[in-house]
Amino acid sequence: MEQNISPTQARPESLGELYWALTGLALQGFGGVFPVARRVLVEERKWFTPQGFLEEWAVAQVMPGPNIVNLSVMFGARFFGPMGSFVAVAGIFSMPALLLILVAVFFEQFRDYPAISGALHGMGAVSAGLIAGTSLKMASSLKSHPLTFWGAISFTVCTFILMAVFKFPLIPVLLVMGSGSVFLTYLKIKHRPPSKDRP
Amino acid sequence: MNIVWSDWLTVMWQFASMSVFAVGGAIALIPEFHRFFIDEHAWLSESQFSSGIALAQASPGPNALMLAMMGWNFGMNATPEGYSHYLFAVMGFVLCLLCALTPSCILTFTATRWVQKNSEKQGVIAFKQGLAAVVIGSMLVSSWVIVRGDFVLAHNWQIWLIASATVILVWATNIHILWLLAVGAVIGATGVLGSF
Repeated sequence: MEQNISPTQARPESLGELYWALTGLALQGFGGVFPVARRVLVEERKWFTPQGFLEEWAVAQVMPGPNIVNLSVMFGARFFGPMGSFVAVAGIFSMPALLLILVAVFFEQFRDYPAISGALHGMGAVSAGLIAGTSLKMASSLKSHPLTFWGAISFTVCTFILMAVFKFPLIPVLLVMGSGSVFLTYLKIKHRPPSKDRP
Repeated sequence: MNIVWSDWLTVMWQFASMSVFAVGGAIALIPEFHRFFIDEHAWLSESQFSSGIALAQASPGPNALMLAMMGWNFGMNATPEGYSHYLFAVMGFVLCLLCALTPSCILTFTATRWVQKNSEKQGVIAFKQGLAAVVIGSMLVSSWVIVRGDFVLAHNWQIWLIASATVILVWATNIHILWLLAVGAVIGATGVLGSF
């Protein structure tokens, strides 16, 4: 990993700097931290080149686990080894977790007031809409999918039907639909030469 | 609610084992935890489940904190007679978050080098792109279970209206998520969504 760092590239000088940088960016991230992570790490701190950030992000997406957590693990490890990973993950979670606990205590205190419980239900409905909206935005990126848009979207729809209507648990659905989709995608791109400018 | 000590282990195991299946991140796991906590064990109420997710979205930080809120409410419900609810809620919050993160972090830490070296291989690209289609389906189920679970469709058309309006706004505009949540909270607070 070290070979990716040029000598002039900025880097966190200490574990403390790493921790506070990630705490700062996590506290700015509502509904996901990715856009903020890019701005802070690439544009403000310059710890990543834009290209380097995209490459790391692509790897973080392949790994199981939340992408931003994977990115933190990889980023911390690059500079400080296992301890760096630990500090980076602690950085993105500790303050937001503390804040969320305070928010949760506040709402718990007033849960019995109809206005507060009503507000929570209103926010729940918005949350559902936010997640669906984000997913649909992601779905539009399937246009450049090797299986074509309709090929890829049919896997999306089948997954939805299996889980929402037939209530299948995630793991079997992921194993069956996921391996089917991965396999077909692989067959499709098998003979394509590896290229840097893929979507 | 009758929750015994061994149930804590069941919950922690659920989080730890789902950790490595979180290919699309925490949101893609919501349907699975809905099935686990509500359909299978009845350890959380529908309104705890959806309000936990809403609070996590209203507060800054990674989406994985939604999972921690499930632990928070589980701890709340699992508090033995005579103890502070908050003590057990915090314990549930922290334990579930640690269990949800640790396995996938270890996996990432150990496998990163391999993936970086092979990131141009067709197999790795096919894995990522192939799973993306399935993960988006699972994320759509997440919003489905939040709305469907909490409210009876026929009697709460307002909920569907709010959720649908949000989808359109997210799709078509760049309104900040906090504005949308605030509007939802105000509408809910007026009581037009009915009492719960």
